[in-house]
Amino acid sequence: MSDLPKANQLYHTIEHRTPATDWMDTPTVIRKGIYCYAANPKSLEALSAPNPREWNPVEEDWKLPDNWQEIIHKGFKERLEKFRSFKVFMDICVRCGACADKCHYFIGTGDPKNMPVLRAELLRSVYRNDFTMAGKIMGRVAGARPMTLEVLKEWWSYLFQCSECRRCSVFCPYGIDTAEITIMGRELLNLLGLNIDWIATPVANCYRTGNHLGIQPHAFKDMLDFFVDDIEEITGVRMAPNFNKKGADILFITPSGDVFADPGTYTAMGYLILFHYLKEKYGLEVTWSTYASEGGNFGFFTSHETMKRLNSKMYAEAKRLGVKWILGGECGHMWRVIHQYMDTMNGPADFLEEPVNPITGTRFENAKSTKMVHITEFTADLIKHNKLELDPGRNDNVVLTFHDSCNPARGMGLLEEPRYVIRNTCRHFYEMPANTIRENTFCCGSGSGLNAGEDMELRLTGGLPRANAVKYVHEKHGVNMLGCVCAIDRAVFPDLMRYWVPGVDVTGVHELVGNALILPGEKERTTNLRGEDLPGMEDEADE
Amino acid sequence: MNDKGKIIAGVIIFIALVTFPFWYSMGKAAPKPEPVLTPQALEAKACVRDKVWINANHMQLLNEWRDAVVRDGERVYVNLEGKEFNMSLSNTCLDCHSNKAEFCDRCHNYAAVSPYCWDCHIDNPKETK
Amino acid sequence: MNGKYLYSLLAVIVLSLVAYVGTALLRLQVFFGVIVPYLAMLVFVAMFAYRMLVWSRSPVPFRIPTTAGQAKSLPWIQRNRFDSPFTKWEVVVRMALEILTFRSLFRNTRMQLKEDGRIAYDLELWLWLFAITFHYAFFVVLLRHLRFFLEPVPYAVQLLGTVDTFLQIGTPVISMSSFALAGAVLVLFLRRVYLPHLRFISLAADYFPLFLIFGIAFTGIYMRYITKIDVTAAKALTYGLVSFHLPAVADMQAISPIFYVHLFFVSVLLAYFPFSKLMHLGGVFLSPTRNLPNNTRAVRHVNPWNYPVKVHTYDEYEDDFRDKMIEAGLPVEKKE
Repeated sequence: MSDLPKANQLYHTIEHRTPATDWMDTPTVIRKGIYCYAANPKSLEALSAPNPREWNPVEEDWKLPDNWQEIIHKGFKERLEKFRSFKVFMDICVRCGACADKCHYFIGTGDPKNMPVLRAELLRSVYRNDFTMAGKIMGRVAGARPMTLEVLKEWWSYLFQCSECRRCSVFCPYGIDTAEITIMGRELLNLLGLNIDWIATPVANCYRTGNHLGIQPHAFKDMLDFFVDDIEEITGVRMAPNFNKKGADILFITPSGDVFADPGTYTAMGYLILFHYLKEKYGLEVTWSTYASEGGNFGFFTSHETMKRLNSKMYAEAKRLGVKWILGGECGHMWRVIHQYMDTMNGPADFLEEPVNPITGTRFENAKSTKMVHITEFTADLIKHNKLELDPGRNDNVVLTFHDSCNPARGMGLLEEPRYVIRNTCRHFYEMPANTIRENTFCCGSGSGLNAGEDMELRLTGGLPRANAVKYVHEKHGVNMLGCVCAIDRAVFPDLMRYWVPGVDVTGVHELVGNALILPGEKERTTNLRGEDLPGMEDEADE
Repeated sequence: MNDKGKIIAGVIIFIALVTFPFWYSMGKAAPKPEPVLTPQALEAKACVRDKVWINANHMQLLNEWRDAVVRDGERVYVNLEGKEFNMSLSNTCLDCHSNKAEFCDRCHNYAAVSPYCWDCHIDNPKETK
Repeated sequence: MNGKYLYSLLAVIVLSLVAYVGTALLRLQVFFGVIVPYLAMLVFVAMFAYRMLVWSRSPVPFRIPTTAGQAKSLPWIQRNRFDSPFTKWEVVVRMALEILTFRSLFRNTRMQLKEDGRIAYDLELWLWLFAITFHYAFFVVLLRHLRFFLEPVPYAVQLLGTVDTFLQIGTPVISMSSFALAGAVLVLFLRRVYLPHLRFISLAADYFPLFLIFGIAFTGIYMRYITKIDVTAAKALTYGLVSFHLPAVADMQAISPIFYVHLFFVSVLLAYFPFSKLMHLGGVFLSPTRNLPNNTRAVRHVNPWNYPVKVHTYDEYEDDFRDKMIEAGLPVEKKE
């Protein structure tokens, strides 16, 4: 971050100009601050992924196999035959340009190759050359070009400047989804061992330890036990979360980021408080798992196969533990995987029951096949049926706005559930402008595995549209907290806010629940879960 | 998910629609119609202008006549040969071509044009002067 | 100058010369009036069907609709049926809105980085307006042309012609659709040339159909309002094509060459269609982000090529960490 100018200066340097040269003749520069480091060969080996080796994107030699062009060609062909989405999207774009200024990376970087249409053209040009008659005969006049090393590097650079947020696909008259194209492109790159380390290593970790961070089972339990201690200090209530408990009612899976780093940890505390409350009041047994200790799925950013390999643990663990159904925590791409892929890949989950909230009797009909329920659906249902005793006053220091995470918004349609929970736990809530929320929401700038440290310039410029909308409500309504239902959001927004909108902190929705929920037998709380004084409790805390 | 059947059905419907004129017209000959000239027209030998010109531009000529008569009260048309005509659809044109159905309508119907002449000039009436 | 649109413009000019010289000088009316149109129609129908079949051969392994509104969830949460459809019929409505009203383009915004540090995203409907004008005008023009292919001309086609000319301007009366088509094509072209980012992404294949369609509209307007070709002779040929009762060669040769330029343009467009981006006509129906219900958690979607993958089982995991798990008091399957 230190290399970057001040926010205000950076904003005024953003230019949306096109180079004088044709885009095919405009060279790609792989530049510090934009690119992510290459995958560690050990991580690729752990997954038996192709071509593990030390390599460096800024060096000339990428140490590719001799027949790399053939591998790409065959891989391309295979995917065209397996995915209608890919085939149709290669064929029908008319380049109307509606998607161009919808991409946060284009808005923030001004780089024309970050226009979704052009990102897709990077692949389409090769598709035309290899698979269409017009391209074969007319070549460049038909928009075709052969696959060269330069093109490969261009693919690598720009496919890792797309966060698969799908905002462009909302505006496309044919629903062309750049996420889908990026997913295929990254699969092809992975055939040559061209992943980034921020994706490959979490994937390898997750494969072995069950979570991206590589937290081993005993350490996972330790971390939650720390939260138990903290919660006891704040509320006076000691809780004993279940781990790997057979015969529990519900298996709970959430991104490991939330047990590891602030401010996600406060959201994790919120979950613990909620589950303790439900156990005490209604006898509901929710268990955590150390084997399936990751909700997120960086395999999704690698290949469909890797996604499936990591995702398999959810059903496997639910089956082993004999739970009735699965509850999923706040996470973005995790929920795209669960909502649109899991049942197809690893189902049918016929060993689970159709999810019913045993406390309210509500059947979650929208999840009756996959048998996995989103925590905000679950909590909203509890609140609606008056099953939670809440004191929203304990969140009165919070002036909140809510960021719809890309995947729940555009890959799921989960928009009202978190808002309902927010309105019942927090009294100061202001929406950002309409064109920046709900299905029009802007990515945090760091999704799809791009939340590394070395690509901070990309993350901050890509996050500008989101930050800019937060800034608007920060200035207009005094918003001091950005709510979200995504662990990557919680991990990356603090940096983004510090840079563009100082004075705005980040929270998960269930942190608000954890603060507002009145536990049976709790002492009078003087601080919130962060240890900050509650409104009107400043004096007590000083004593 | 197998939607091949649906797609093929869609393609068949599409093809049926775009080739509809072929099915609809199959085997039905409809050559270019020939307007019938009345004895009076045959006898006159020439129209107000030559036949090719009239064929292409009669609608424009009638339009000019109407404007001249209705707006300027001008009733005399002089053609290229210097011959004078009364600018009147009913009294000049339809005087010779009194067989509207076999003369005017044949081509108009064939080309599906419905000139608004006939909004006022109902079948071959004589105008009262 | 931009080579991409020059190539395309040149191609269309050459095409028009070919047809003009071919009929005016070389008297190849049978070639341009009969052989080429039949071939073009054949290529269009066969290749269109082929392209659709090729698309249909690729399965849809995952149900991946782009949701643009609240999904079906708890019964008391109001859902957006048509931007986040749950049932088949809701999908049909979503698709109909997309195809008939260009729903997604109607969302279009224009981004501006303002000097005061705010980024604005204002509704921008010009693209929608000209796109939908273009498509509907073209559609009406096509339907109106049925008068050249049907005999007797059905009342509906006559009525359409009457409605299209209801302004009763000019002689012959002006068909609004023709001018709307030419105008919209012109705007879509100017947009591509003058907006820098659009020029940057445009290919020759984006300009060519615009020039070609403009050529079609222009020759059509020229024939109707300026040279006034012998309409009945033209219909004798066009109707002859679909009824397989062709007029005599001498009659064909009597039709103005400009008619053959028009017909040749249309033939080229038909033959070019299935090989080009114009296939979005068929493709839009097959877009998996639009034509699938957002009910994947309620109704399982089956992937025909789903294959088993290597996974890290719980047993392998426990073997890795058993001692540590026992020490931490975590339950294990095997004690040693």
